[in-house]
Amino acid sequence: MSADIRKIAVIVEETRREMGRDIDPPTRKAVAVAVIANPFAGRYVEDLEPLMAIGEELGGLLGRKCVEALGIDPAHAESYGKAAMVGENGELEHAAAILHPRLGKPLRAAVEKGAALVPSSKKMGGPGQPLDVPLGHKDAAYVRSHFDGIEVRLNDSPRAGEIMVAVAVTDSGRPLPRVGGLLASEAKGVDGLR
Amino acid sequence: MAEVRIRKTLLCVEEIFHEGGPPAAEPHRRAAAVAVIANPFAGRYEPDIAGFMDDLKPLGLEMAQTLIRALGGDRKVIEGYGKGAIIGSAGELEHGALWHVPGGYAMREALGDAKAIVPSTKKVGGVGARLDVPITHINASYVRSHFDAMEVGVSDGPRADEMALALVMTTGPRIHARVGGLAASEITGEDGLR
Repeated sequence: MSADIRKIAVIVEETRREMGRDIDPPTRKAVAVAVIANPFAGRYVEDLEPLMAIGEELGGLLGRKCVEALGIDPAHAESYGKAAMVGENGELEHAAAILHPRLGKPLRAAVEKGAALVPSSKKMGGPGQPLDVPLGHKDAAYVRSHFDGIEVRLNDSPRAGEIMVAVAVTDSGRPLPRVGGLLASEAKGVDGLR
Repeated sequence: MAEVRIRKTLLCVEEIFHEGGPPAAEPHRRAAAVAVIANPFAGRYEPDIAGFMDDLKPLGLEMAQTLIRALGGDRKVIEGYGKGAIIGSAGELEHGALWHVPGGYAMREALGDAKAIVPSTKKVGGVGARLDVPITHINASYVRSHFDAMEVGVSDGPRADEMALALVMTTGPRIHARVGGLAASEITGEDGLR
């Protein structure tokens, strides 16, 4: 089953100054969101395979949208994340089916490599509700400067029978990182952690 | 002359495929550009503020061009527009009015010879405040199919001493427009109204 997509939104945030300091180059985060029909709204369905297939389709589509919006080579993506918000006639497990089994592989192809776990969050919600997408370094989850998040909300989504699926990609960490920990420059990117 | 200090920018592009009706041959697209800048008049009553309108013109042009690029790069596809401002709590509503001239000028300049008044809205708001930016046809305000709005906002702005300035452009009518009135194909496009 391919996704019945009602709309796609892509948002790019660029931070140029913070606390009176120039951020040069600016930090940039992109989030791409697809609003899709929930094929299982309003009923309990045991086999969620169709949602896993939708996750696979959206991982690549939304990952590429982010990279394109940032205007970078895929290899220059630095962190990523994913999240879903299920409208009131669905269930939380629908988000899990989209996000976890198959979304990661095509997303990693879109950002090249991606040894690290893709951080995720999920919730049930209604139109206009914020969805916070967690962010972590794509090759080494412990890189402390890249722990972050990006908020996305659409005033008309998700309707009761819809699911909002979000993928976020950045070309940078936080604007003024200074809490130590593993640096991106020190990361080996082999085990996905360090 | 006051300096225009940009803390961050946000670009949001939506592609709308359908809203429960027949999918359009070409998705409806709309985009919003937001700049969060320092409010040079925050925290005091400043009688003489009008000079800041000229200072804002280059920012307006940059945002208008960003929107055209985000919608594919051809200004001929732009059919609707709007503008708005959210003033942080240490400013006053009148500071938002500074955006009328540079925001409108910028979009007309970038679009060539747009005839219609640019619809607008403004308010004082806190961090995370949302603004519904009105949208109308660029050459004839009475075109009913193009009356629309786009909600914009920034999760971490505007801070008290900032303002968030927004421009919006769209590529066509509402996705399932069917309430009659003046059609885009019927306009004379001379007086900006019909």
